[in-house]
Amino acid sequence: MMKNKASIVIIGGGVIGCSAAYNLSKRGLKDIVLVEKKFLASGATGRCGAGIRQQWGTRQNCFLAKKSMEIFENFRDYVDTKIDIELKQKGYLLLAYSDKEVDQFEKNIFIQHEYGIPSRILEPEESLEIVPFLNIEKLKAAAFCPTDGHANPFHVTAAYAEAAKKNGVTILKDTEVLGINKSKGRITGVETSKGLIETEKVLNAAGSWAREIGKMAGLDLPVFSERHEILVTEPVNSILDPMVMSFSYNIYCQQSPHGSFIMGYGPENEGHNHRINSSCNFLENMSKKATWLLPPLKKLRIVRQWAGSYNISPDKQPIVCESEELAGFYMAIGFSGHGFMLSPAIGIYLTDLILKEEPPFDITVDLGRFERRETISEPSVV
Amino acid sequence: MMKEDNIIVCRCEDVTLKDIRELIKRGYTNIEEIKRITRCGMGPCQGKNCGQIILREISMITGIPVEKLTLQRYRPPFGGIKFSEVLGENNDEK
Ligand SMILES: Cc1cc2nc3c(=O)[nH]c(=O)nc-3n(C[C@H](O)[C@H](O)[C@H](O)COP(=O)(O)OP(=O)(O)OC[C@H]3O[C@@H](n4cnc5c(N)ncnc54)[C@H](O)[C@@H]3O)c2cc1C
Repeated sequence: MMKNKASIVIIGGGVIGCSAAYNLSKRGLKDIVLVEKKFLASGATGRCGAGIRQQWGTRQNCFLAKKSMEIFENFRDYVDTKIDIELKQKGYLLLAYSDKEVDQFEKNIFIQHEYGIPSRILEPEESLEIVPFLNIEKLKAAAFCPTDGHANPFHVTAAYAEAAKKNGVTILKDTEVLGINKSKGRITGVETSKGLIETEKVLNAAGSWAREIGKMAGLDLPVFSERHEILVTEPVNSILDPMVMSFSYNIYCQQSPHGSFIMGYGPENEGHNHRINSSCNFLENMSKKATWLLPPLKKLRIVRQWAGSYNISPDKQPIVCESEELAGFYMAIGFSGHGFMLSPAIGIYLTDLILKEEPPFDITVDLGRFERRETISEPSVV
Repeated sequence: MMKEDNIIVCRCEDVTLKDIRELIKRGYTNIEEIKRITRCGMGPCQGKNCGQIILREISMITGIPVEKLTLQRYRPPFGGIKFSEVLGENNDEK
């Protein structure tokens, strides 16, 4: 039997929707329904690079990332799950290729230390102690935080979802949201491919489809989607401890605990659309970039490449708020390349927002910031 | 009869029949979900060996006929390729 009444309908079974469902149910909200058009983590979550980083350049991102990492570190107890999220904390090594970039890293680290994030600057030679085969040609310096790392996005999402189900949340997979009904300026229900669900509240956690969900409610949300490609190699013995990343050289590459190398870079001149096909161009560029920086990779076999969508807001930072135009319409969208790592803290923040409690953290993530010209200037985004 | 935890469904990633059956019973009834949680089909063979077996198990537990179920998607580069080969360097023994 389809559940036809809900206190809130969460649209999207990615890590954000599932974290919100879990946190809301943990705080006692009943009759939550989560609707996912395919299967859990079928969107960006299951396509992402699985990196979790605390080395940010704004106070609020440092705060959210640190808070999220504390939850990842204690995930079994926090979420009450037996699922192993494959947390690996062997650091992120961020490479700087200009004096300006070094300066920026130094500024960032100053802020990171306020939040207890144990990052530090390394000379190029010192980076070799962490990655002995790193090509340090042209490298000016690096920033390193030993507690950054990796977790398995499928397992994190499944853990949130299963714990939410245990708390009574209904999860409808293979069910697509087709429309949002309103009457007298209020939400009255959500039309799905399996029938109508009556509700006064909706959480838009539809990832790259966030804008389309907004339209269903008559809202014009300032986000777009952009293809990001990625590939993975066969698993080999552990040789690379940290995630190696550079904003200016434009690359990220890490070895998962399972042994495979996962890597990607930010595209140039990509359109705003829902394309997620793979290209030979990416395969070639990626191979050049990765093997220049990490020469021993040459011998490895690439086994799969794919792509996913970033959902991007004007300042590349998330929009997490209730709509000012339509009461009961909540959104957690526009996470660019960092929605997975922030999902634990965002789930908590959303819960207080939806339960109308005092905000648990002092952050600016509302939609109104664009009009107020209080956009977030985060220097460290991919 | 072999015990189900001794039957390896996916040789690339070492996944047993027991693992698969447990996941299906926990509600993961789509081969794409099972692939993502167990890595079954993410190895070099891309599910050529395990795919059919998993579909049969899903069908047996959910009652959906096998013909109605689809195999997981193959991802490029098919068969796998070394970085050195992508770069056109065939001599990578040095
Ligand atoms: C290549 C790549 C690498 C990345 N690397 C990282 C990284 O290393 N670290 C990090 O933190 N982040 C990374 N990200 C970003 C991260 O993946 C996302 O920010 C995050 O997964 C967003 O989660 P979400 O739940 O909002 O969206 P999604 O996971 O996309 O979930 C949205 C869900 O909504 C469903 N949906 C859409 N429309 C409807 C509808 N009409 N009805 C019902 N359901 C619907 C979709 O099927 C989907 O499952 C990366 C992203 C990509 C693409």
